[in-house]
Amino acid sequence: MPKTASNTNAASLEKMQAGWKVRYDGEIGRDRTVVNRSGIEVRPLYTPLDWSDSRYVEDLGMPGELPYTRGIYNTMHRGRTWTQRQLIGLGTPQDYNKRVRMLLQQGASAISLLPCNSGFRGIDCDESPVPLLGTCGTVINTVDHMDAALDGVPIDEISTAMNDPTPFTLFAFLLGVAKRRGVPFDKITGTANQSDYISHFVANHMFYRLSQPGARRVFVDHVKFCREHVPNWNPVSVVGQHMQQAGATPAETMGLTLSTAIQYADDCIEAGMDPDRILPRFTYFFDISISFFEEVAKFRAGRRIWARIARERYGAKDPRSWRFKFHGQTSGVDLTQQQPLNNIARVTAQAIAGIFGGLQSMHTDGFDEAMACPTEDAARIAVATQNILREEAHLCDVIDPLGGSYYVESLTNEMEEKILKVMDVIEDAGGMYKASDAGIVQRMIGKSALEYQNRIETGAEGVVGVNCYKSEIEDREVETYRPNRKAMEAQVAAFKAFKANRNQAAVDMALNKLARAANGTENVYEKVVEAADIGVTHGEIIACLRGELGFGHPLMVA
Amino acid sequence: MSYPERVLVTKIGFDGHDRGSRVVAAYLRDAGMEVIYTPPWQEVAAVVKLAMQEDVDVVGVSSLATDHLIMPDLIAALREAGLGHVRLIVGGIVPRNEQPELLSAGVSAIFSPGATSEEIVNTVRTLAVEARAAREDAEVV
Repeated sequence: MPKTASNTNAASLEKMQAGWKVRYDGEIGRDRTVVNRSGIEVRPLYTPLDWSDSRYVEDLGMPGELPYTRGIYNTMHRGRTWTQRQLIGLGTPQDYNKRVRMLLQQGASAISLLPCNSGFRGIDCDESPVPLLGTCGTVINTVDHMDAALDGVPIDEISTAMNDPTPFTLFAFLLGVAKRRGVPFDKITGTANQSDYISHFVANHMFYRLSQPGARRVFVDHVKFCREHVPNWNPVSVVGQHMQQAGATPAETMGLTLSTAIQYADDCIEAGMDPDRILPRFTYFFDISISFFEEVAKFRAGRRIWARIARERYGAKDPRSWRFKFHGQTSGVDLTQQQPLNNIARVTAQAIAGIFGGLQSMHTDGFDEAMACPTEDAARIAVATQNILREEAHLCDVIDPLGGSYYVESLTNEMEEKILKVMDVIEDAGGMYKASDAGIVQRMIGKSALEYQNRIETGAEGVVGVNCYKSEIEDREVETYRPNRKAMEAQVAAFKAFKANRNQAAVDMALNKLARAANGTENVYEKVVEAADIGVTHGEIIACLRGELGFGHPLMVA
Repeated sequence: MSYPERVLVTKIGFDGHDRGSRVVAAYLRDAGMEVIYTPPWQEVAAVVKLAMQEDVDVVGVSSLATDHLIMPDLIAALREAGLGHVRLIVGGIVPRNEQPELLSAGVSAIFSPGATSEEIVNTVRTLAVEARAAREDAEVV
């Protein structure tokens, strides 16, 4: 058989590489083993023997087309940069309003809202210890609070992300504000950032407001309501971030996230919704760790797998259903309390990984975010980091600039394999709902968390200022944000007065309707929206649903 | 010690991030201690009850999101329940300017990120000895 040019090439490449390997081994002596966080061994050199252009069409294609490895849009960041969406939540609604206006002025192009931890826990401010109010999020218990928080913010022009777990009271308050301001619901855009109740159970990340079956019911009703009444809202955000922050490796995280998306899609379809009507509104929320190339590969592989699931499993015809839209947040777990200004460098590296991974929206952490809510200075630097990467470092000029790298393509393929294995484990267990109920997911996450901590303890994973390059000098003091105690006491007093002066009969009637819907077949979420609108509070809505749908138990595994 | 150290690892307040408490519980368990572990969001009263029922030497509270601000409530409640001998440690994020207040209120040790499992285990061992001695003293009186 005559030798083709490419055969000759391959043969001489193999020879070249073998020669290099001999020289490499001779010079390096005993090489260290490098294994990334997902457990993939990383070799010292990648060449066309690991990945070559002959696989281009099959593995990569063009941006905006299958298999979407290079990005979900034709123009990607060159056409439209990512949305700069800083997660914000602090103090009273007035404190929040001041911060959000400052960030919008600085260049943030969308807003988000994190409620106070008492809110996550499902209770109102009058039931909480005052010292804990507003330290990690804004106290929003009523439609009035939401109105004050968004004072002067054009909710019909700007997209909003609500950290708003089931039963989505914050979103109901937002709709109440829209009604007051005469903004039609189809002008409301944004994302229900915390709709992923399974992640709350398995990563034990925040709270358990409702039982798992109750949360499942409200989830489906919420999706249905949004598809009917708020067409430009993304009611589903699958949150891989919770799992990775809780200890899952990047590959496990992507696998668990995609398995969760499958669970939600299955549930919605079983409730009668058409795949092409819901899947375009599925979004994802991820951690971006500092394991740079691994994160880039994680996102590229995830994008490819989702497109396949949407088409092959659900038969989705609309390309919007195939697109893996995601928000990335730089990982807080990687930040350190020691030498806190170093966190600016960490966040920068994480942000670049997210950008090269092709994200649609990003939050960069403040350097003091390992300690407390970011102070104003830290929040400003976090936004500026994104601006610098875009304007000065020119990271948006070329689409998927790491595409075609022997290492990145090979790693993307290996990550894909790992991710699919995790998904198989979940599928074999009967899907994500059952797998979490059985504790399989928690065990996986817990094991990885411990393994990673052991890597830090043994020094296998270096953390500057923590297990290496420790400073002799005292760490610089960082100012810690704490809300104004007096203002918070006034907020609680005003809230109590508001409750006392409401039309109690109307409140009772709204809660009755909510309870009836929970016990029947009416859409529960529709009743949540009605109740919120007439002044029923966050805590009251949750208490009512908890009574009807059951209280959540943490799904713990020893 | 005639029987292993008994440690309650828990979280009070509103934060649910339990990665730290789970990892620390595993380290203490692997060091041979008897660990009683709770999920997050425990009420102060529930922690006191559990500490009493389980007859623990040390209570370890993980706080990552300002929940340490209600530690003084827990300390007061433990004393009121006659558990003044029980030693308290806090692990997680406690800003340096807020540490003196906790230490003077009765917290024996605060562990920040970067603390090694060895440091934690050794401290808990020492504190458990202290707690048992303190209880014997109290019983003699």
